[in-house]
Amino acid sequence: MSKKFENTHIFDNPRNVKLLLAVFYTICVLLVVADFLIHRHITMEWEKIPAFYALYGFVACVLLVVVAKLMRKIVMREENYYDE
Amino acid sequence: MSELPPFVLYFVAALLVLASRGMVRNIILLATPIIAALHIWLNIETGITSTYTILSLELTFMRTDKLSLIFAYLFCLASFIATIFALQVKDTKQQVAGLVYAGSALGAVFAGDFITLFIFWELLAVSSVVFIWARGTERAIDAGMRYLVFQVLSGVLLLAGALVHYQATGSMAFNHIGLDSTAGWIILIAFGIKSAFPFLHGWLTDGYPEATATGTVFLSAFTTKVAVYALARGFAGEEILVYVGITMACFPIFYAVIENDLRKVLAYSLINQVGFMVTGIGIGTALALNGAVAHAFSDVIFKGLLFMTMGAVLHRVGHINGSNLGGLYKSMPKTTAFCIVGAMSISAFPLFSGFVSKSMVMSALVKEDYSYLWLFMLFASAGVFHHAGIKIPYFAFFAHDSGLRPKEAPINMLVAMGLAAALSIFIGSQPQYLYSLLPWEAEYWPYDATHVLAQLQLLFFSALAFVWLNKQGLYPPELRSTNLDVEWIYRKFLPSGFQRGLNFFRTARETAMSAAIAPMHRIRHSFSQSSIAQYHLSESWPTGSMVLWISIILVAYLLLDIFVYG
Repeated sequence: MSKKFENTHIFDNPRNVKLLLAVFYTICVLLVVADFLIHRHITMEWEKIPAFYALYGFVACVLLVVVAKLMRKIVMREENYYDE
Repeated sequence: MSELPPFVLYFVAALLVLASRGMVRNIILLATPIIAALHIWLNIETGITSTYTILSLELTFMRTDKLSLIFAYLFCLASFIATIFALQVKDTKQQVAGLVYAGSALGAVFAGDFITLFIFWELLAVSSVVFIWARGTERAIDAGMRYLVFQVLSGVLLLAGALVHYQATGSMAFNHIGLDSTAGWIILIAFGIKSAFPFLHGWLTDGYPEATATGTVFLSAFTTKVAVYALARGFAGEEILVYVGITMACFPIFYAVIENDLRKVLAYSLINQVGFMVTGIGIGTALALNGAVAHAFSDVIFKGLLFMTMGAVLHRVGHINGSNLGGLYKSMPKTTAFCIVGAMSISAFPLFSGFVSKSMVMSALVKEDYSYLWLFMLFASAGVFHHAGIKIPYFAFFAHDSGLRPKEAPINMLVAMGLAAALSIFIGSQPQYLYSLLPWEAEYWPYDATHVLAQLQLLFFSALAFVWLNKQGLYPPELRSTNLDVEWIYRKFLPSGFQRGLNFFRTARETAMSAAIAPMHRIRHSFSQSSIAQYHLSESWPTGSMVLWISIILVAYLLLDIFVYG
């Protein structure tokens, strides 16, 4: 297979990756802006915090990954741990 | 005819499959779920109870209501999709097992008494283990054995609980059980094993990743969902299930983040999804129970879809380790697209099936004032997206280019994945059809601006966290490794404890022996040093010579006795 053929895939071009990320960031910003434009039916105390779900989603995932990385120190073993 | 239990169709088909081959066999395999679904749809109504007497046992094979019917439709659908996916596998034992397995699931949801439930409960166990053993590796055979031990244990507990229940109430009917009696707790543990409660879940994360590429698709559809059905019927509204469910939804996502085997990641996320169902059952309001059932319905389809995409990769590449995959979108674009649909469904994106079902459980939590617990479930929702929604497609199909260029999945696999993907989008965008099948009366509509915006914010910012962590290099790399979970207790701790016990007894025996033998040696030694040892007879001659001398003496005595004193 020639190199040329390989390069035709969409994410081999860094510009496409950048474009995708740019669209993604824009959507994130718009979602926060929408938080102030749309009248929300709030049922819970937490939801009074502006952009609560955005903050919560971000913090929750960072926390998840940090804790999971720490967990590796305790639970991670060799791939063939049980076979020995 | 109208009361023919649908499992009979599947069991007959299993026999026909044994007797046929080639095209005819494929037609039987594909036609069975369709015929069974049509039979249920046209002939079986709610409110039937039909009892058969077999060997003086009264078995209620058919007890129908909306709860059993929706699961019956679901199981027909799931077995149809899984059968298409597995069509290129020409393995008789897996084909027969698939029919018996799906048939047993149908038998279990229509079972009106504990004995019938027990029979199908055990048939589910025995037929499903075939999918693990069929892999043929040593690991798979061991994992299958451990899987079977748990499944059979669950059945034994169910039977024991049923007998205690019979003692107390005089009835074998399977209805609401509750936790007021000992029987209730025993049966709860039996159901709990099959629905992978925390600490009882080892068989699932251990067994499912070892099954064949197509087998896991079957496995993910039936066992845990039959258990969810049984919980919904027997333990609706038991508050302890709310907490059990939340634990199930939260702890597996940590494991899923660091797990390398992508099918094991899906096994953990299966427990996480069942957690949402168990929580719904625990809340016990009409909305929550409907949410649990609806979520079981959409989960079977999207989790099946995700297991299918990973099965297709396993089929083409030969392994499913995140650390050695990546860039597969280049040669498997259709599988990639289906995987993304499955990922968006499980993550509950608006317009995809997870959104319309999971949100019922979430709303029910809010309505019943579990607002702190609701935060945990929101955490679990974000976590699902993180590991199942992003990690699975990203590490398999994108990430760094592994250089692998496997062929696109076979056509039958693509058809099965396409069907599941289409259904996920259909359910998500037209939820009224699924809602009309739900067993309880509750008004609910998921699409309003507040809810959609909230969900989009949650998901997009979870994704943002992933992008940010990746860019910072903080995201844990995929590593070839084993992560210790509850199975460590019975795979390492107890066996090594047993081994240590054996070693202890062995050394104890050796010490005792040497302690006993040493003085004997010493006595012999001191004897050999003594003056008596000088005499001819005291030498350590063979026993025979001693016997000879004794006989000579005895004969001498005898002769003396006869001739001298006689």
